[in-house]
Amino acid sequence: MAVLLLGEVNHGTLNRDATAKAVHALAPLGDVTVLCAGAHARDAAADAATIAGVARVLVAEDARYGHRLAEPTAALIVSLAGDYDHIAAPSTTDAKNVMPRVAALLDAMVIPDVSRIVDAQTFERPVYAGNAIQTVRSRDAKKVMTIRTASFDAAGAGGSAPVSDATLADDPGLSSWVGDEVAASDRPELTSAGRVVSGGRGVGSKEQFAIIEALADKLGAAVGASRAAVDSGYAPNDWQVGQTGKVVAPELYVAVGISGAIQHLAGMKDSKVIVAINKDEEAPIFQIADYGLVGDLFTTVPELTGKL
Amino acid sequence: MKVLVPVKRVIDYNVKARVKADGSGVDLANVKMSMNPFDEIAVEEAIRLKEKGVADEVVVVSVGVKQAAETLRTALAMGADRAILVVAADDVHQDIEPLAVAKILKAVVDQEQPRLVIAGKQAIDNDMNATGQMLAALLGWGQAAFASKVEIDGDSAKVTREVDGGLQTISVALPAIVTADLRLNEPRYASLPNIMKAKKKPLEERTAADYGVDVAPRLEVVSTREPEGRQAGIKVGSVDELVGKLKEAGVI
Repeated sequence: MAVLLLGEVNHGTLNRDATAKAVHALAPLGDVTVLCAGAHARDAAADAATIAGVARVLVAEDARYGHRLAEPTAALIVSLAGDYDHIAAPSTTDAKNVMPRVAALLDAMVIPDVSRIVDAQTFERPVYAGNAIQTVRSRDAKKVMTIRTASFDAAGAGGSAPVSDATLADDPGLSSWVGDEVAASDRPELTSAGRVVSGGRGVGSKEQFAIIEALADKLGAAVGASRAAVDSGYAPNDWQVGQTGKVVAPELYVAVGISGAIQHLAGMKDSKVIVAINKDEEAPIFQIADYGLVGDLFTTVPELTGKL
Repeated sequence: MKVLVPVKRVIDYNVKARVKADGSGVDLANVKMSMNPFDEIAVEEAIRLKEKGVADEVVVVSVGVKQAAETLRTALAMGADRAILVVAADDVHQDIEPLAVAKILKAVVDQEQPRLVIAGKQAIDNDMNATGQMLAALLGWGQAAFASKVEIDGDSAKVTREVDGGLQTISVALPAIVTADLRLNEPRYASLPNIMKAKKKPLEERTAADYGVDVAPRLEVVSTREPEGRQAGIKVGSVDELVGKLKEAGVI
C-alpha cells in the first residue's frame, strides 16, 4: 500500500506542522510519499524529507504551481495517482480547494477531515459541526482524503528520504493568480499554535479586539475569533475558529466574550486547557471550560494581561 | 448571462443535531429544516448580479428529498426566477453525496448552459465542502472556492478568496464555478409579497434516474456516535485565582 501526501507549501516554505501531522496519521497505511509543488518547492521538499516516516519526496517546481491554483495542482496529483492507493492532504484551505477536484477526476468520493484512521478503507470524521462522529467505509478503489491535523500528533524529525523530480502535468489554464492580501504578523500560525486567545461578539468592535490581541501577544499566542465576531466585521475570516473556519487543539485556549455556540465548540473543544471569560454566567462555553471567569472582559482581560 | 445556484435542505443552523440511540445516524425526524446558510449567500449573490444587470436569469436547483421544494420556494421568494427539483432520495436521513450531486448538477448544467454556477462552500450537515469543486472537475471548468468578492469582467470573473493567512484574488475564465464563503454578502429575508409571488414561479420536478446518475453512496456509513464529552471545570472568582490555576496546570 502506498500513500501520496500533498505537502502544504506556501510561498516556498513547507507548513511543517500540518504536513508532519498528516505523515503521522497516514504512516499506518503504508509508505508515504510527500509531494511538494510550487514555484519554489525545493527547500520545502528538503524540509519534508527530514520528517520521520517519510519514504520519499517528489518535487514539482514550476511557475504553474506557484499559487496553488486548484486546476493545475489537481491535474498534477491525478497524473501521479496511478501509483498510490491513498491520496491525502492536511485539511488546510488550499487542500479543501484541491482535493475534492482530485477525487471527482478519479471518480472517487473525497473523505474530508479524517479524524481517525480505523483501517485502509475505514475512517472517522466529524459531521454536524462535530455533534456527531461518523465512521465511513470507502468503496472507492482510490481513497482521496484530507486529514484533520488537530486530531493527530506530528511525526518527529530525523528522516532522510530521497527527493526526486515529479513529471509535471499540463496546466488546464482555467484560472490565473491576480494578487494576495496577506496580513503580516509575527504571531504563531493559528492551527499549529500552542496557545490561542479568541474573541467573540462580546468584544464589541474591531478596535476593541486590541484587548484580545494584547493578551495573545503577552502569551505568545495566536489570535482566533468566533464566527459571530467575523460576521460582525471585528476580525478577519482566517481567524475564524469553528465548523466553517479552523480547527485548533492548543495546550491553552482562552475564549473571551464567546458564548460557546456549537459551531464554535466544533473548532476548539479538543484543546487541552480551556479558559472562558464571559459576563454571562449561563453562557454554554462554561460547560466545557476548565476554568471559567464570570466578569466584564474589558476589565478582566487587561488585568490578566498585566499579571502574566 | 444565466446563473445556476444549487441549494441544499439541511438541519436548521440553530438546531443541535442529536445522534440516534441505535447509532444509525443523526435524528432528522420532526426537526426544523432550512436552506443551508452558505447556499443562501450563493442565492443572494446571484440575485445581486441580476440586479446589477450582469445576470439575466437565476435558476436554483436542489437535489434531495421531495420536501426540498420548500427550500427552492425560499430561493424563489428571495428573487430567483425558476427552480429545478431533482428527487434523489425518499427518506430525509438519506444524504446524497457530493459526487452524486455533482454528477446530477453536471447534467443540469449541460441542459441549462449557465455561464456561472454559484454554490455554498459547505453544507452544515455533512460538512463535506466538496460539491462545487467536484462539479468544476466534472465539467472541466475553473473554480474559485471560498469567495468573499465576485466581479464579472467580460469572459472572466475576478474572485477574492478566503485562504489561510488572508485573501487571494484570482481570475477565472467563464464558465466557472464559484463557492460562497461567509463574508461574500448578507442574504436578504424574503418579504411576504415575494413569498406569495414565489408560489407562482415555475418549479420543474425531475428524478436522479432522469439523468441516469447512480446515487448509491461510495462512503458507507458504518456508524454514527456522539463525540467524547468534555466535563465542565471550575469557576474562579478573580483574575489572580485564574493565573494561579493556570500556573498549577503548567500552561503558563
